[in-house]
Amino acid sequence: MTVARFWRKIPQRYNLIGTKCETCGRHFFPPRTFCPDCRREGKIVDHKFSGKGTIVTYTVIQTAPDQFASHGPYVLAIIKLDEGPQMTTQIICDPKEAKIGMKVKSVFRRIATDGESGIIHYGTKFVPVE
Amino acid sequence: MRDVAVIGIGCTKFGEHWNRSFRDIFVEAGALALEDAQLSGEKIDAMYVGNMSAGRFVEQEHIGALIADYAGMATRHIPSTRVEAACASGGLAFRQAVIAVASGMEDIVVAAGVEKMTDVEPGASTDALTGAADREWEGFVGATFPGLYAMIAQDYMHKYHMTREQLAQVAVKNHYNGARNPIAQFPQEITIDTVLKSAMVAEPLRLFDCSPITDGAAAVIVAPLDRAREFTDTPIKVLATAQASDTIALHDRRDISTMDATVAAGQRAFKMAKLTHKDINMVEVHDCFSIAEICAIEDLGFCKKGTAGKFTADGETALGGSIPVNTSGGLKSCGHPVGATGIKQVYEIVQQLRGTAGKRQVDNAKIGMTQNVGGTGATVAVHILGRV
Repeated sequence: MTVARFWRKIPQRYNLIGTKCETCGRHFFPPRTFCPDCRREGKIVDHKFSGKGTIVTYTVIQTAPDQFASHGPYVLAIIKLDEGPQMTTQIICDPKEAKIGMKVKSVFRRIATDGESGIIHYGTKFVPVE
Repeated sequence: MRDVAVIGIGCTKFGEHWNRSFRDIFVEAGALALEDAQLSGEKIDAMYVGNMSAGRFVEQEHIGALIADYAGMATRHIPSTRVEAACASGGLAFRQAVIAVASGMEDIVVAAGVEKMTDVEPGASTDALTGAADREWEGFVGATFPGLYAMIAQDYMHKYHMTREQLAQVAVKNHYNGARNPIAQFPQEITIDTVLKSAMVAEPLRLFDCSPITDGAAAVIVAPLDRAREFTDTPIKVLATAQASDTIALHDRRDISTMDATVAAGQRAFKMAKLTHKDINMVEVHDCFSIAEICAIEDLGFCKKGTAGKFTADGETALGGSIPVNTSGGLKSCGHPVGATGIKQVYEIVQQLRGTAGKRQVDNAKIGMTQNVGGTGATVAVHILGRV
């Protein structure tokens, strides 16, 4: 991923800044700039998510893509944020601990590195709530 | 709208074609289809080519022109169009060809699909395939295709308590069929133990739940039904063509383990053909992973949600069962050259309907169906074909 492509999504990736439609109140993460319900009547504004959610489904990736190969097996999940939308993320926990329905919260972490001399991609992962 | 028929079919062997190029395999499939229809190239009015990612796999774009050129059509200047919808590219190419003929715009049209996946390293091909999902919000955080389908499987097994053995039976059954298909990449029979002892890829999916990386090409020729007998004694009528879309990312779906695009495309196809699932004699579904076949047969209506594991374990989807699924061996055993798969499904159903499917022939096959999926279900193409 090029620097510009990564850089323009830094608020979203670092701080879970999504969007919200002020017309119907629906929240979007990943952010959308067009509300599928209200369409042209929709009014989209930025919204910072609380970072709290629940695991909807998960897997443990044993065969990782090259840029994630150094991570070893990692937990990949779809979580439902408390505000409503669902997103795909990594969960930092012992793979044996992950469970559907588990409560999680967001943390700032390194996601991947573009080779040895490429940029480091930071972003949001989730950890179990104690 | 005019009625449309398939008048010719051709397919390369699926596998790793180290010694042959992208254009070599395409030309072979096209020539086989023309020979099958006893048609000379001058009669072809247009071509549609399904191809997912030649740009990533062989660093070649502009596939429509390339293929028309190497098929010997350059001096005839026929329209040739590449169609892309990830792994559903072939199904959409077939649909475009059918629409072109049905509309009256063209008469004899080639629908083809081709993918040459082994000219890059496995890491690069896996990365190219990840482009079928949401690169920014799935791929970026470490999602792989097996990983996304694994999350579908986990959700499904949590809700419906399907056993791991029942899921493995999908692969066992497809390898049994593939062992009877001369074009199959992995024509070996396997057991449930083969699946359960294979390497874990993304829990709960193991290596033998996953379709392979494949080179291959397939082509079919469509024509107006009322002209079909000029070319063949066994025209196969296209009874329905349907297509549906859904959210690009799995996390945005209404239900993780239901492909609403399959439900929508299936319902549209049955409505167009004025048929129900009970009229279908066999179906080729998109088993890129074993769980995908489980969802597909439910979402098309062949069994109730949550029962496909038992349905499969009971042999209902096997040859000789109430609804044979993936007689070709499916993507699992026959192979999955992504852009070609949708055309290969039509190739298999046409053989079944002609009665030329050899050891995997379904008795008295009159009506068949195909379901071709792009990504995790963001595009689905469904076709119904029948004997005339």
